[in-house]
Amino acid sequence: MAERTYLQAISDSLRQEMRRDKRVFVIGEDVGVYGGAFKVTQGFQEEFGEWRVIDAPLSETAIVGGCTGAAIMGLRPVAEMQFADFVSCAWDHLVTVAAKQRYRAGTAVPIVVRLPSGGGFSGGPFHSQNPESSFAHIPGLKVVCPATPADAKGLLTTAIEDPNPVLYFEHKHLYRRIKDDVPEERYTVPFGEARFHREGDDVTLVTWGAMVFTAAEAAQKVEEEDGISTEIVDLRTLAPWDRKAVLASVEKTSKALVLHEDTHTGGFGAEIVATIAEDAFEHLDAPVRRIAAPDTPVPFSPPLEKAFIPQVEDVVKGIKDLAEY
Amino acid sequence: VTEFAPARGTTGTEVGLVLLEVPLRVAAAEAEDDPVAERLATLLPEPVGGLSHVSSVPLECLRLMAIAWEAEPVGSLSELKELGLDREDLLGIFRALVTTRGIEERGHILYKQGKIPGSFYTGRGNEAASVAVATAMGPDDVGAPLHRDMGVHVVRGVEPWRIFAQFMGRVDGPTKGKDGNVHMADARLGLIAMVSHLPAMLPVAVGCALAFRIREEKRVSVGWFGEGASARGDTHEAMNFAGVRRLPVVFICDNNQWAYSTPTHLEYACEHVADRAKAYGFDGVVVDGTDLLAVYREAKIAIDKARQGGGPTLIECLTLRMEGHAVHDDAFYVPKEMFEEWAKRDPIERFRSWLRENADFTDEEEDEIRAEVKKLLNDAIKRADESPLPDPSTVLEGVYATPEDLETPHHK
Repeated sequence: MAERTYLQAISDSLRQEMRRDKRVFVIGEDVGVYGGAFKVTQGFQEEFGEWRVIDAPLSETAIVGGCTGAAIMGLRPVAEMQFADFVSCAWDHLVTVAAKQRYRAGTAVPIVVRLPSGGGFSGGPFHSQNPESSFAHIPGLKVVCPATPADAKGLLTTAIEDPNPVLYFEHKHLYRRIKDDVPEERYTVPFGEARFHREGDDVTLVTWGAMVFTAAEAAQKVEEEDGISTEIVDLRTLAPWDRKAVLASVEKTSKALVLHEDTHTGGFGAEIVATIAEDAFEHLDAPVRRIAAPDTPVPFSPPLEKAFIPQVEDVVKGIKDLAEY
Repeated sequence: VTEFAPARGTTGTEVGLVLLEVPLRVAAAEAEDDPVAERLATLLPEPVGGLSHVSSVPLECLRLMAIAWEAEPVGSLSELKELGLDREDLLGIFRALVTTRGIEERGHILYKQGKIPGSFYTGRGNEAASVAVATAMGPDDVGAPLHRDMGVHVVRGVEPWRIFAQFMGRVDGPTKGKDGNVHMADARLGLIAMVSHLPAMLPVAVGCALAFRIREEKRVSVGWFGEGASARGDTHEAMNFAGVRRLPVVFICDNNQWAYSTPTHLEYACEHVADRAKAYGFDGVVVDGTDLLAVYREAKIAIDKARQGGGPTLIECLTLRMEGHAVHDDAFYVPKEMFEEWAKRDPIERFRSWLRENADFTDEEEDEIRAEVKKLLNDAIKRADESPLPDPSTVLEGVYATPEDLETPHHK
């Protein structure tokens, strides 16, 4: 075990896979000489050469579409979108070609697209988004949103091994802020298995990505202030997502709150809430609640962005309201 | 590569085919009393005068910017021998042409009989271009052919009965009923299935070439697109990236002059789509797509060049789409004269005449091939018709790949 940041854990996994499997290569804008906008691939080009760490032109469709072709030819491409927001330029390819090729033509497309996502830095409307729900909606794609360094490493390894197109959302706000012990050896974390970030009896809080830590802070606070015991279910992957873990927790607590940094309407929280309503209705003692960003673009100026991204106090209020219901 | 260079035309003025297009565009623009206008007018709230496509650019101005080569016809059997084709190969090509057209003609009949659900697309007029390019490909090369490129499937060895099964939505079609018409490919034969969004397969073809470059394999990828799809950004991104990295990919533009109902002057403002190649740092060539041997020669040169590390080439095969966009479309918007002119250049008839004049192609040989193909297609339709429709319970199958899916030759 060694203490690694979330960013180092991602980098470690990628390096480890590239060392053990010659088929794995990295492609993206500024991933080579510069080492990536966030330095995830720093030093990679020196180690693996310019044909395995490929600086691509500013062409998201060619990057991700090229990955599909290379994957069908037997390689294991890992594309980096400089910011998750820019995946909109490759949305067509992912949804139209990569997602459907297995179902309609029997061709597996084992690609990983890394997506530095999320806000909190005044990145503004085009460098802060969390577009996971629009991909979780598409059959054929897998969606991963790790919160901890250990999961970041294990889930990326699983993503590279997976025979499907995987969107790997890495939250920028966790990159250097979150550190933890991470095993040095290679390991995988299975898709579709939630992790209980914290166990509790009174309220179930379902979330993922950076919001896991917002939730944890709020849970700590309500425990200290009001003795409310919150169970935090970190989904880790949205496609597939662990219904069983969520339903089991709701059966135990009878109250559920879903939290995400993505905007409210049509966010992935809606799917979770609907599932709880359908399959755990008899166990509920309160309406299922959602906390999400409002339905606006991500604003730039700090007070506006703070008003946009769910804060600890919002979650504290949400937990308390439910506990008192 | 250099030894074939003298065979390629550089004149840019000797363009019988291309010149034909211009007066017909004008004819279309002036056709105010055309029945087309009358038919469309009923669909619009107010009568409109000139409903044909009008170009506001003086057409003579469009001719000043030619950059691409214009390929000349192939002269002789000996030239073809140098390019790797013997007489036996040529008869095989004729057979592939007749099979290609036969599959689409028979498919059209099946469609009219209600045996093919959905829609049905044909590549009439493009048979020679598709057969020629596929013939120039090597066994380990790959490609992503489109809906006018049935000849590629035929040449690569997809069995016709499986194609009919695909048309009819049966379990023995390459997509097992999950997708229709020409949205199919047999990956074991080096083909990648197209999608409707054009030219979405170009970046994929470039990615195949990238894999070959990374592994330093002497393989080539072929990406097809139409002149209509040349207007989309995927074309630019794919060609730019391929040019930057000098990847072993050949771009084939099936320029059949109509993107559904939209003519070329409303799709691009340069003279040839192939002129753009220069801007991406590689060669472009315009070839008469009804001249099988000329297309073959250009494709062979381009593929060999890519294989040797010479980077991409853009080959524009000029044809006319001899039928509607799909069989529901009677192509009323295409001037009648245009069809008449291009009908004289039927690609199969042209190749047949060439064989007769240059390779002593006999009636007996032709009859034998045609009879053979007829039987092949009769048997194919019968066998396809015996293939069951998919079980509704299989609707959920195959959304996600399993690790076993990666145990294929092309994934290793």
